[in-house]
Amino acid sequence: MTTLDAPATPDAVVGVTKLRKEDAHLVTGRTRWTDNLALPGMLHLAVVRSPMAHAKVTRVDVSAALDQPGVVAAYTGADLQEHWAAGLPCAWPVTEDMRAPVHLPIATDEVRYVGDAVAVVVARSRYQAADAIEFVDVEYDPLPVVTDMEAALADGADLADTTLGSNECFTWPLVNGDIDAAFDGAAHVVSRRFVNQRLIPTAIEPRAVVCAPPRDQREYTLWSATQVPHILRLMLALTCGVPEHELRVVAPDVGGGFGSKLNVYAEEAICLVLAKLLDQPVKWTETRSEGYQATVHGRDQVQDLSMALDADGRIRGLRVELLADMGAYLQLVTPGVPLLGAFMFNAIYKMDALSFTCTGVFTNKTPTDAYRGAGRPEATFAIERLVDEAAHELGMEPFELRERNWIRHEEFPYETIAGITYDSGNYEAATARAKELFDYDGLREEQRRRREAGDPVQLGLGISTFTEMCGLAPSRVLGSLAYGAGGWEYAGVRMLPSGKVEVVTGTSPHGQGHVTAWSQIAAEALGVPYEDVEVRHGDTAVAHKGMDTYGSRSLVVGGYAVQVACDKVVAKARRVAAHLLEASEDDLEFADGRFSVRGSPDAAKTIQEVALAVFAAHDYPEDMEPSLDSDATVDPENFSYPHGTHLAAVEVDTETGRVHLRSYVCVDDVGKVINPQIVEGQIHGGLAQGIAQALFEEAVHDDEGNLLTGSLVDYYVPSAADLPTFVTDRTETPATTNPLGVKGVGEAGTIASTPAVINAVVDALRPLGVHDVPMPASPRNVWEAIRSASAGAESSAPAGTQGGPA
Amino acid sequence: MTVDGARYDDDVEPRQLLVHYLRDVLGRTGTNIGCDTSNCGACTVHLDGESVKSCTMLAVQADGSDVRTIEGLAQPPTNGDATSGWHPLQKAFHAEHGLQCGYCTPGMIMSSLDLLERNPDPTEQEVRLGLEGNLCRCTGYVNIVRSVLRAAAELRGEDVGDPAEGTVGEADVVDDPQHVDDLRNVEVTP
Repeated sequence: MTTLDAPATPDAVVGVTKLRKEDAHLVTGRTRWTDNLALPGMLHLAVVRSPMAHAKVTRVDVSAALDQPGVVAAYTGADLQEHWAAGLPCAWPVTEDMRAPVHLPIATDEVRYVGDAVAVVVARSRYQAADAIEFVDVEYDPLPVVTDMEAALADGADLADTTLGSNECFTWPLVNGDIDAAFDGAAHVVSRRFVNQRLIPTAIEPRAVVCAPPRDQREYTLWSATQVPHILRLMLALTCGVPEHELRVVAPDVGGGFGSKLNVYAEEAICLVLAKLLDQPVKWTETRSEGYQATVHGRDQVQDLSMALDADGRIRGLRVELLADMGAYLQLVTPGVPLLGAFMFNAIYKMDALSFTCTGVFTNKTPTDAYRGAGRPEATFAIERLVDEAAHELGMEPFELRERNWIRHEEFPYETIAGITYDSGNYEAATARAKELFDYDGLREEQRRRREAGDPVQLGLGISTFTEMCGLAPSRVLGSLAYGAGGWEYAGVRMLPSGKVEVVTGTSPHGQGHVTAWSQIAAEALGVPYEDVEVRHGDTAVAHKGMDTYGSRSLVVGGYAVQVACDKVVAKARRVAAHLLEASEDDLEFADGRFSVRGSPDAAKTIQEVALAVFAAHDYPEDMEPSLDSDATVDPENFSYPHGTHLAAVEVDTETGRVHLRSYVCVDDVGKVINPQIVEGQIHGGLAQGIAQALFEEAVHDDEGNLLTGSLVDYYVPSAADLPTFVTDRTETPATTNPLGVKGVGEAGTIASTPAVINAVVDALRPLGVHDVPMPASPRNVWEAIRSASAGAESSAPAGTQGGPA
Repeated sequence: MTVDGARYDDDVEPRQLLVHYLRDVLGRTGTNIGCDTSNCGACTVHLDGESVKSCTMLAVQADGSDVRTIEGLAQPPTNGDATSGWHPLQKAFHAEHGLQCGYCTPGMIMSSLDLLERNPDPTEQEVRLGLEGNLCRCTGYVNIVRSVLRAAAELRGEDVGDPAEGTVGEADVVDDPQHVDDLRNVEVTP
């Protein structure tokens, strides 16, 4: 063997910014998006979609399409029905009596939303396939369309799915404490209804799938723009009747997900079955407009809340009645999304009793599923809005009511009324810092001046003191919630003969910077240079198992697994080093990648020297394998609970309804930070999505179930010109339930920012009698809220008085 | 047409979009497609020196033109460091964490290049308005704006300092009053 270069002594690499290893190919355009793939003989799939939200399909005729140039095949739902071993999966049957529609990748006799697939065409080019679907002849017999959740639950309501007998999917309760006593003895009861509008996740990379049949390999290979290659492999095997070990799923570069790529989609199953039938590679890429119909939507809840409080503002109890729109089918975790929120309605507050009931409702709309935060943004929005309303009714500063009720730093760990245990937190520190950065007192003074002056543009300050539940999750807990899988995660660490390191992770990033952060963890744990670590992911042939990336679980569970696998490698290396140095393991110190004999610093072996010695295997302890590799599969003992305080200042034009977000300050506590720059970036992006729910975005259907916001022309995703520079800072209260002390960060900004902004808008308009503004707080919605408040004031006020800025 | 310095002569369907010609015919997949309504800007390239959305043009409309894509922006590395040939915008997006998933990044960089060629010393607000036609769903734009301002400074010949390695964590120390003052002084866009 040749002598290897002596490694540089590495400095600390965890907790400092390292520029991302991921960037090089992304900034130069040398990328591997699924749609970039072009395989020999590859065919292109186009999908014929229902233009009706609910109808019987009486006839589908693909014969004219088959005559079109370049067309290789065309299939109806009936043609492919025998090829499905099962329908598309829902992995979260939240109750035993949950209604679950049969969800075939291509509908056969009934379509249930605009965009439901009814036929497919395969052609030699994407243009030919797109042309040919126009020649598929489909006859529909319209059925009544159900779009409103409350109407859907009324007696005698039309059915969104004629086979189900009811539009109620499930009812799921959670009751702790004596809720009746809490309300009976209350000095104040504050009740509100909030609507958490339907959103479209809008990852900028459209979904895309390529499936190649077995040729020189025995296995199918399916590339997909997915967050969940491992889950997808298992579920597609079950859906398509392909043995799991004969299917390889690859998630190459994936351009954002936000939950929308946490799924098993019809097009993935169709590409696999068609690759099998045609024995040629098949590719499908959605257009944005097509994706808006056929890729899952998020949110869409009607929330009725009542809070019981003592005379001094102590929260006694909380009642939550939730309606959650499933859409027309259950996707992978659709019913579980509101359950994730169930544990977050009590948020950071102590209370004696909680009653939560959620009803899942079917409508003739695109299925909903996880969208950044998944249940927690909805819950956080409702409770943070309600706390503001309660403070207003009690005549208290919104911070004062929060401080009276929140869990104090010294009270952690704390078992909440929802029955889960927050391991650590410091709401006081985050709040104090956020108020200082925001100049809260100065802005309140400016607000007072502008109110007194009758300024037509009013200033509003909004607060959100949030917590969330990350790191999905302890498998036993997931089992108790009927989730169909575990919450463990896998990592493998391989030391190569040269001393370089390969880390394999079962998580599957799509922009979060796992390669960089995982490199930092491994470099620190192994004492090797950061540059010497490579991270492999997103391919079931490389990472043989994993639970993928969603719910801010990657670092908390996947990073933890990397740490454990590294610790195992170090333990093995220690044994070999002790053997080579003829020393006792107990006498070895390990620092900066070097095992040295205590008291004899010259007697030392670097971990790279050990790796080479193990590879040569000429001399190693007799009772161990010559291997410096290790696997770790970890199952966390608890969720993690990031928290923070977010503050928004808005200027609201009371004459036009226009809202301008003037400044935004947040202090997040995500536990220990691996890479500050990446954490900041995750917060920024989350803020933009949460603020977008507050101010810009809404998926709108008409009464016939047509998606009126069917493209980026109508669905307003904010640009750089719509948002300010955010001021972010952090406190660090380490998690106590994982060795890294990390809590997760991907969803924090989204969860916290929506209520902060809406609270600010309402705060600006309170002198006008406004107590709520529907989301998004568009000029029209704000203007109508002002108008209806002033109309109410006029009708109840003596003649001659006018509503207006106080 | 000429693409990144290489000449191509092809017969194309009259309806073929420029972006599909670049991606599917030339295999130049650095330019991405994010929508079908010209809203997202992921497909932005330069045509005869001006940024265009290549999903909004037919390939035949670019006949005889000089097209520049993200793949033609970097020069070959001048030393062992692969980043040495990168355009200052590419370096700045890397240094300022101006990308996450990276799907919008080629379009962002090509739009920014056009912006800086027309306005070498933009304000933050001018950068924000200049990038109005490009959507990013990951970054919240803060670091994209920082990236463009950093690249602008470098292109003007100013010393932009080393990339942020190791500094952000230290600057974030919780009890540093100077840090708090610095944050207060961050310009907030009206």
